[in-house]
Amino acid sequence: MSKFPKYLAAGVFALTCGTPLWADGLGLGRVALPEEIAAWDLDVSPDGTGLPPGSGDVWTGEEIFAEKCAVCHGDFAEGVGNWPKLAGGRGTLDREDPLKTVGSYWPYLSTGWDYINRSMPFGAAQTLEPDEVYAILAYILYSNDLVDEDFTLSQENFTSVSMPNAQGFFVDDRLTSEQYFWTTEPCMQDCKETVEITMRARVLDVTPEETAASEAGTASAAEATEATEATEAVEAAPVVQEDPVEEAAVLLDPELVAKGGKVFKKCKACHRVGEGAKNGTGPVLNAIVGSTAGQVDGFRYSKVMTAAGEDGLIWNEAELAAFLTKPRAYMKGTKMSFAGLRKEADIEAILAYLKSLD
Amino acid sequence: MSDKADKFVPSRRQFLAGAAAAGAGAAATGAAQAAGQADPLITEVQDWASGLGDGVDATPYGLPIRFEQDVVRRNVEWLTADTISSINFTPIHALDGTITPQGCAFERHHSGAIELAKEDYRLMINGLVDRPLVFSYADLERFPRENRVYFCECAANSGMEWAGAQLNGAQFTHGMIHNMEYSGVSLRSLLEEAGLAAAGDFKDKWVYVEGADASSNGRSIPLEKALDDVLVAFKANGEALRKEHGYPVRLVVPGWEGNMWIKWLRRIEVTDGPVESREETSKYTDTMEDGSARKWTWEMDAKSVITSPSPQAPITHGTGPLVITGLAWSGRGAITGVDVSKDGGKTWAEARLAAPGTDKALTRFYLDTDWDGSEMLLQARARDSSGYVQPTKTQLREVRGLNSIYHNNAIQTWWVKADGEAENVEVS
Repeated sequence: MSKFPKYLAAGVFALTCGTPLWADGLGLGRVALPEEIAAWDLDVSPDGTGLPPGSGDVWTGEEIFAEKCAVCHGDFAEGVGNWPKLAGGRGTLDREDPLKTVGSYWPYLSTGWDYINRSMPFGAAQTLEPDEVYAILAYILYSNDLVDEDFTLSQENFTSVSMPNAQGFFVDDRLTSEQYFWTTEPCMQDCKETVEITMRARVLDVTPEETAASEAGTASAAEATEATEATEAVEAAPVVQEDPVEEAAVLLDPELVAKGGKVFKKCKACHRVGEGAKNGTGPVLNAIVGSTAGQVDGFRYSKVMTAAGEDGLIWNEAELAAFLTKPRAYMKGTKMSFAGLRKEADIEAILAYLKSLD
Repeated sequence: MSDKADKFVPSRRQFLAGAAAAGAGAAATGAAQAAGQADPLITEVQDWASGLGDGVDATPYGLPIRFEQDVVRRNVEWLTADTISSINFTPIHALDGTITPQGCAFERHHSGAIELAKEDYRLMINGLVDRPLVFSYADLERFPRENRVYFCECAANSGMEWAGAQLNGAQFTHGMIHNMEYSGVSLRSLLEEAGLAAAGDFKDKWVYVEGADASSNGRSIPLEKALDDVLVAFKANGEALRKEHGYPVRLVVPGWEGNMWIKWLRRIEVTDGPVESREETSKYTDTMEDGSARKWTWEMDAKSVITSPSPQAPITHGTGPLVITGLAWSGRGAITGVDVSKDGGKTWAEARLAAPGTDKALTRFYLDTDWDGSEMLLQARARDSSGYVQPTKTQLREVRGLNSIYHNNAIQTWWVKADGEAENVEVS
């Protein structure tokens, strides 16, 4: 995991093994090397401790955001579907359903830098350069109307940015504000005169249907047959929700398609599928099998991918398998920053899944 | 879990509804057998009493028998954008006792459950320590070991119920909780190994803990708590942690919100202040009615819920003897008592604790009663060793409003109807 020669210190320790390196303990473990600490100790505190040198401006941030963040957070940081909204919401905290965003709620800018740097983009964490993090954060500030369009965020001016809700938090005061819950003797008899039902969950009807989530391995053969029959019956009926996977799956091995769907989780951070899917960090993959490379409408491909398509590259199973095994070896210069699928079985499964999206 | 074949297995609810209808006439007898007629299950030789069963090793690692297939974790899809950053729920309505089997204990991931082998595992301690250290998994096993049972509750457990009764089942209203016996080493012993002279005065010092997954899910914990009862655990209920619970090593922070129980624990840094990470500012802070927000609300207050009868576990046996049972817990100490009301809180009776409450662990309670078939508004109310009495929803809302999301420990009401079905309701 570490980029550094991790056995160096272990070797040193081995030489001295048997005599603890420090007197006041058990002598277990080994001393962490400075470069190891540097690789893992990345957290940034409100006073800017931990920030690396660097800077980024709003416009650069907008470009990076569009490429790497907008698929979930929207072009204007307004959020897509259930994914977090990062902008807006000022003045809503005391209303019903407050909108908590970086601008309306987050008390510290350092939290944004720290989180983007270590945990974003979703599915490709720790791939951003410091300047990119500064730029993305500058754009998020801009989306919240907290800085002007010519703003550049840097290590130097970082702590001068003021967050609107910085004073909006107070330390847990339950011991005093809810002291009442500790001081009363609980009532046992005649605690209230009347009891009326004021709200019912069934009226709202948002509880998931309770079905047994059996793994294929645990269900008996008879049950599996029953389930398959039920599946087919439901697929024929018009009431079933539109789901391209299930409709096409009849022609393919449904187990393999399902397995491919699971493998596809590795791809979902960038690639969308199904009806109404939009291009994200990567292109929409509906009907990708058998199509010409670099041709999905509206997606900005790398130069090499576009050229490959113009030269007639067709994504048949063999080509896709080769690409997915080691994308950057297969096509030097591709934008797809995915390391590749190591297992042949995974590739076979994902091809079945992709075919099911035709 | 989302295999399409799964969606069409008949639901327990449908099954129960059918059974209730079929057995209505003979409800009170318990067995669906006409009086006076011999039971063929007894009078006829059954296959299993004549032929042979499975040999040993039919399942090298045993799974629940297929009749228990519905006792599984469940997800509420509309809650989150994606299952990779999501939560599911322990089927508490179908369990008894206090220990939660790992295989059905709720999961909460921020970047998915990762696979991290013991050989690849490293734990770093750095910051204000005398010597920054790196431990391997094998190193951890050489520290003096402890065994402790603790509950782990997500701060958002019951969070969907703040504004009103929403989800119809104890699994969904209270299932972000599990209770396991952990084996591991005290965080204190690891910190002392690194030496704390460099930290100076322990007051106002913190530890920042983070995981090895992409979310890192870092949290700041006061050093005082870290040196008190926090465990670095590698076994749960006697066996290795499951992947989804942080294999090979997780943090156990007794009594405090589940988000702080860092999974795939990889680094502990002694600091002179909280880092104010995403998980302790933008999330896991509790918004009050005036728009201000409480932070550092770590302790999980005393809480209880009746697990049966409940919406997913209706009464199917008709009138007569009825076991009302549930769970109670407190992050501030041990459960000292649980009261149960059948009339929505007008009158209360003290329930029987299956065993005396223990510190920051689940306590099972029973009320053995006789049901006359009339409607009930069932409630449970927990009391703990700090003197705290579980509040009503109304009481909590008076202090916190409707937007808190986290730390809803209010009394839950199940409306049990004459047919034995139960529904999640709110009462005046």
